Amino acid sequence: MADLTKTVKPLSVSPLKSSQPLGAALAFLGLARALPLMHGSQGCTAFGKVFFVRHFREPIPLQTTAMDQVSAIMGADENISAALCTLAEKNQPDIIGLVTTGLSETQGTDIHRTLKIFRAEHPQFDHVTIVPVNTPDFLGCLETGFALALDAIIETLVPETRHVGRRPRQVNVLASSMLTPGDVETIKEWIEAFGLRPVVLPDIADSLDGHLVPAECSSLTLGGTPRPEITTLGESIATLSIGKSLDKAADRLKARTGVPDYRFGGLMGLEACDAFTKTLAEISGEPVSAKLERQRDQLQDAMVDSHFMLGFARLALAADPDLLAMLTRFLQGVGAEIVAAVSPVRAEMLSALKIEITVGDLEDLEHLARRHAAALVITNSHGSETARRLNLPLLRAGFPQYDLVGGHARAWVGYRGTRQALFDLANLLQAQHHDPEPYRSLYWQDSPRALEVGATAAAHLVC
Amino acid sequence: MRASEIQALFDEPACRHNHKEKSGCARPRPGAAAGGCAFDGAQIALLPIADVAHIVHGPIACSGNSWDNRGARSSGTALYRIGMTTDLSETDVVMGRSEKRLFHAIKQAVENYHPAAVFVYATCVTALIGDDMESICKAATARWGVPVIPVDAAGFYGTKNLGNRLAGEAMFKYVIGAAEPKPARAHPAGIPTYDVNLIGEYNIAGEFWNVAPLFDELGLRILGSLSGDARFAEVQTMHRARVTMVVCAKALLNVARKLREHYGIPFFEGSFYGVQDTSAALRDFARVIGDADLIARTETLIAREEAKAHTALQPWRQRLKGKRVLLYTGGVKSWSIVSALQDLGMTVVATGTKKSTEEDKARIRELMGADAKMIDDGSPKALLSTYHEYRADILIAGGRNLYTALKARIPFLDINQEREFAYAGYRGMEELARQLALSIESPVWQAVRTQAPWARQNFAGTTMGARAHG
Repeated sequence: MADLTKTVKPLSVSPLKSSQPLGAALAFLGLARALPLMHGSQGCTAFGKVFFVRHFREPIPLQTTAMDQVSAIMGADENISAALCTLAEKNQPDIIGLVTTGLSETQGTDIHRTLKIFRAEHPQFDHVTIVPVNTPDFLGCLETGFALALDAIIETLVPETRHVGRRPRQVNVLASSMLTPGDVETIKEWIEAFGLRPVVLPDIADSLDGHLVPAECSSLTLGGTPRPEITTLGESIATLSIGKSLDKAADRLKARTGVPDYRFGGLMGLEACDAFTKTLAEISGEPVSAKLERQRDQLQDAMVDSHFMLGFARLALAADPDLLAMLTRFLQGVGAEIVAAVSPVRAEMLSALKIEITVGDLEDLEHLARRHAAALVITNSHGSETARRLNLPLLRAGFPQYDLVGGHARAWVGYRGTRQALFDLANLLQAQHHDPEPYRSLYWQDSPRALEVGATAAAHLVC
Repeated sequence: MRASEIQALFDEPACRHNHKEKSGCARPRPGAAAGGCAFDGAQIALLPIADVAHIVHGPIACSGNSWDNRGARSSGTALYRIGMTTDLSETDVVMGRSEKRLFHAIKQAVENYHPAAVFVYATCVTALIGDDMESICKAATARWGVPVIPVDAAGFYGTKNLGNRLAGEAMFKYVIGAAEPKPARAHPAGIPTYDVNLIGEYNIAGEFWNVAPLFDELGLRILGSLSGDARFAEVQTMHRARVTMVVCAKALLNVARKLREHYGIPFFEGSFYGVQDTSAALRDFARVIGDADLIARTETLIAREEAKAHTALQPWRQRLKGKRVLLYTGGVKSWSIVSALQDLGMTVVATGTKKSTEEDKARIRELMGADAKMIDDGSPKALLSTYHEYRADILIAGGRNLYTALKARIPFLDINQEREFAYAGYRGMEELARQLALSIESPVWQAVRTQAPWARQNFAGTTMGARAHG
């Protein structure tokens, strides 16, 4: 059982946490013709925009209700309706995600009531779906904000029905914030390999994968789950929920539709991949394809090849709970030891992991990694300074990744994704390998050997 | 902070167009706004002070979503790059524990990181719940023996520009004038040393290091800077300089003006972007100091450096001559970069002035002519249509617009704080030219505008990327 401790300190140093509204915004960025709107001051949105622009290397549609000094004190309901009118008129989105922030929550905004009034006053915008989500900055993290948004999207858009299987080849996928566009793409192909048709919520593989489009610019998302598809989730034959953070959203979907669900903590490592493959085979009634079998064989081969580097490898890990859990299970499954693990928040799922976890920041990670002699760090780009001070290699995972091109495109999940992660980890660890210092015998002093300079032990013997 | 105090900041007597409405301070429109908040502006202005512990007092968003995302470089200590925040929880906010938390957070920063000073930034939430930062900072200063400076620039107070100004006020109120400078060591060349200030120079991507050696050579000691590669103790002594240069920024003009009013330090405005502007800045230093020998030595140095730059830029000028630029920086660089581009023989077809002051605009007219096209609307759509309308060859803008340009398949140069390249000074011009040519001449533009061969064969004349055969 995991031992969850929180460092008692008033100051967070080198924060690991990103805020809830960012996570909620990300969920909406995975819907088609959508636009997240943050209810707060301009900066909330500006920082969020820069955050995602640098991570995905994509233009990011994100708007603000632009609260100022007057509306912060006197009430900002007017800002909400003004912003909604402007967006509905100017940008004509299918979906607006109305996301609160620390400022508006502290002020005590009631977005649900405001939205009701807006609906009554502006029936001309009835065709625009508006999804309200309460995501104060002072609670949770990016992952929890994402999960709350997904829950709200389901509540707003999925009708209460009992039409399970009306679309007999359709499978719902609830995809956690730990999954990259590359991951979601992999998952879709995986499902399609069984003759099934995945509807992914939210489908950031379709909107944030980085693809050039004919249109020069758009103030809305460039792809994502289409609104009409979301309304059909109740007609699928199964729901695959990936990431424990989405349990509540999955509960809601099941309660509204009765579609049976299958839940997965993550899709890295042989065991997790096999469980997913087996489930797909059962749902579809199709055999596992030769291609997938081959990928599985390849992964097994890579596990054998890399076990020399990964066995007993002492790793330091910091990420939001879903990613932390997925990576931990995968790494422990190949013989590595997680000697330092940090999560920005508490989460129930973490207690199932067989490691010690600190709820804290990257300063905590740094101290733990040093104390426990870690050999490699896995965390987001902010960890580059941490790793530099520790003199350790860094594998970038999670949000944000601003000093890496293509971090968002990387697939971690699936047989192939896992295999690539094994290769990368093995290579990083191997490069860290140090031979013992060469010993120079005192009897050599009079021999020509005494004149040899710069000799180290034989460089790596490569067979 | 009181509304009246904020209002007072909009009154900047040193600004030539002070009586006019400040376009930079226009109220943002809900649903159609872009740009940062006052907190963002305060951070931009002060974070580069490298030996200070910068504590953001609020919930995680303000620090967690943005720390270490700017390009200001330090020649030594990197304390400023470590994100610090009180990361307030719901109970802190609801139960009123945030002040206590801040007090202990300051202690933690002082004990673990031994900063020269601690700056505490207010955020929307702590401003709204009414934390008395000033008193806490005062108590913490007394208790922990390190200057603790409150920077009251919560996001909802206004724009980035206002945040700059609020940060400047805090420096003037609490920091500048708090210590006396040590006498300068004798210059190896036997020339006299003159102390100078820089305001609004942030050493982005280390670009000031292109210019700094010239200061040394001329015997100009940078006493204090707001705030590129600055140290707290140096900022404290800025009231003893002979002259202040305000570097392409109107926002911190209040500090320069107050230095003049309170300490009689003259200031001038200038820029280090472009050969002409760099020379002009160096000349202005010599002129204001008024030492005939310095003036002569400055002219000699300028002649040498300009000749070197001219030779280095010659091949680039050939390549860039006549190329048309759309510039949208959303602020202070709206004119300083213009002259740099004109130096390269390029034509600036339009420039963004959304956050420029009246005086910035006057500068633009001076450089680009009376009918200079100024754009206030920085939306992607507006930028792209201006780009096409004016047949520009490249868009120069902040990182936020980078991918707007790339999605539209047009060349781009990043000019804002997140950029990776040093463009200041004589040497920086070469880098600027290189980066411009790199993007404009890249073969990828042709490739990404090309249709797939099968699309061309089957559907001649269809729009780009049409997927009609599905």
